[in-house]
Amino acid sequence: MSRIGKTFAQLKKARRKALVTFITAGDPDLALTERLIPEMAAAGADIIELGMPFSDPMADGPTIQLSSERALAGGTTLAAILAMVKRVRRGCDVPILLMGYYNPVFIYGPERFCRDAAAAGVDGVLLVDLPPEEAGEFSRLSDASGIDLISLLTPTSDGSRIDKVKRVGRGFIYYVSVAGVTGARSSVAEDIGTMVERIRARASLPVAVGFGISTPEQAATVAAVADGVVVGSALVKLFEQGGGDELVSRVRAAVAGLKAGVESAS
Amino acid sequence: MKPKRLFLAGFPCNCFRRYSDRVFKSQPCLGRTLKYKQYGESMNYPDKHGHFGQFGGRYVSETLMPALLELEQAYKRFKNDKEFKAEFDYYLRQYVGRPNPLYYAEKLTKKLGGAKIYLKREDLNHTGAHKVNNTIGQGLLAKRMGKGRVIAETGAGQHGVATATIAALMGMECEVFMGAEDIQRQSLNVFRMKLLGATVTSVTSGTATLKDAMNEAMRNWVTNIRDTFYVIGTVAGPHPYPAMVRDFQAIIGREARRQHLAAEGRLPDVLVAAVGGGSNALGLFYPFLKDTSVRMVGVEASGYGIPSGKHAAPLCAGSVGVLHGNKTYLLQDADGQIAHAHSISAGLDYPGVGPEHAWLKDTGRAEYVSITDDEALEGFKALTREEGIIPALESSHAIAHVLKLAPTLPKEQSIVVCLSGRGDKDMHTVAQAMGVSL
Repeated sequence: MSRIGKTFAQLKKARRKALVTFITAGDPDLALTERLIPEMAAAGADIIELGMPFSDPMADGPTIQLSSERALAGGTTLAAILAMVKRVRRGCDVPILLMGYYNPVFIYGPERFCRDAAAAGVDGVLLVDLPPEEAGEFSRLSDASGIDLISLLTPTSDGSRIDKVKRVGRGFIYYVSVAGVTGARSSVAEDIGTMVERIRARASLPVAVGFGISTPEQAATVAAVADGVVVGSALVKLFEQGGGDELVSRVRAAVAGLKAGVESAS
Repeated sequence: MKPKRLFLAGFPCNCFRRYSDRVFKSQPCLGRTLKYKQYGESMNYPDKHGHFGQFGGRYVSETLMPALLELEQAYKRFKNDKEFKAEFDYYLRQYVGRPNPLYYAEKLTKKLGGAKIYLKREDLNHTGAHKVNNTIGQGLLAKRMGKGRVIAETGAGQHGVATATIAALMGMECEVFMGAEDIQRQSLNVFRMKLLGATVTSVTSGTATLKDAMNEAMRNWVTNIRDTFYVIGTVAGPHPYPAMVRDFQAIIGREARRQHLAAEGRLPDVLVAAVGGGSNALGLFYPFLKDTSVRMVGVEASGYGIPSGKHAAPLCAGSVGVLHGNKTYLLQDADGQIAHAHSISAGLDYPGVGPEHAWLKDTGRAEYVSITDDEALEGFKALTREEGIIPALESSHAIAHVLKLAPTLPKEQSIVVCLSGRGDKDMHTVAQAMGVSL
């Protein structure tokens, strides 16, 4: 079983829920990302999701768009991200998931990407614009490398979509709780519980919920009905005020707060 | 696998050789084993998943998948529906003013001293460009699907105007996304859209041009997926858009084919059209695909010239990648980040191209050349002075290629060039380029 699968299994045994935290790799530079991964894990993140920046982030709201621009302006590349993960792996065992768009992976070469990512210690990959219809070849390569291809489901997904997605999906299902782009919202959607149940009835994978979750209270609400909570933009927003030691402590405090929210529902 | 078929004799720009190795080595390409004759025998492209060989497809987030499947079903149902076709034809005739003429540009022909030049006059359409053929089709489809709101991306503003126009006609709410830079250089079209009742939203993210407008339109669509219809303006985007837009624009080629047969008693020898996303070109080419004696030439914008790196010619100088829902040729760097396109013509200023053009290029059925900003201005001036027709800067690229091509062909041959739009919108840009202040 993959590190991601094991994490969900252990949490389930302990009747606890997973906190998945997202930051963009290379915002503002990869040295800071490298420092933040163990810091976030120590503050309570169960899985770390790293954004692979892309020039045209079509599924992202303004917060992550700007973050991607900062990372690209700093010269972040896929090869450098993989090298950074490899360094982190020497002293840190937290599951790491790369999230992004297909083109940079396609240009890197899907086969080479899966091989290098597995060698670096990457556990999963989520490609926003690679639906199951187009994921055939990639999913064979990621399966062969032992990398979980994380799949998305959304409020627009009906039973047939769930069945289609679960065939290629590994690790967990990422349920996008709102039809829209990434970004903080004032309240979480009400029908999350119903959708999570619908997905669980058809797919055997754990379900983590993301998009629009920013506060410990929202994290608690979602953790009550799902197997995991994903928080992205709320953390990425913290990077807008500059980097350095202060940013590290801001991120640590925010992750600890979200963890408390998730734990209160467990 | 069959040996690579070389169809490069006299290939006008050297681009193919330079980039083919890189592309073919890294990608298994179904296209290259298919001879163009096979393409001619079957027009059943794309396949059921929207693929033209390795190109096309549906690279979108899961939220959009059900909407695209719904659109595909609706389009399949209505494209052969008698009532839908009758209504589409009615608006093309009574509202757009079709059929528009296939005009013999006699004076320009004589001046160049070579093949006969025929202009397909899309510039005479209502709203001044070919874009309206497609927006009428998608508007009627949106209405039948019960969507009360349409959105669109636009570069030069022609597609935005065409969408705002049909939204006014059909009583739908309309929002148009336009790059902040384009809003500045196409202020006249922005005003037209607003007069027509559309909201024009300025896009400042990324490079603030057409590609970013398309990103923003996709974001808006995903957020309002239940009541909104996204009217894509070119033969790109996720399936079924490339095929659907092509089918709506194919009226250009169907008319031109019939009109040329009536005028000359034979098919034309060469078709020439400008290619940004590629909708006017594909509209002209598609009905001739089976006519393998007819050469097809797509003209991309090479801006300051391909060596400068500041151009908009992905077919001539790009590589295969995935953007805006489809796999196609793109301008991108070695890390797969999309590059900034440049062209004097806002409508060609896009780093990608429709997937069917990518396929026509790789199969050799069509050839692609490029024209610089300066050459396009020469084309613009030549048509204006010789024929009294002021072309859009997009169409001026096609004209500029004809200025090179026509003198090399015998007088018995003929060229059909798509005059995709009129030049009124470009007065400011042309004046600026000529150093004239208005």
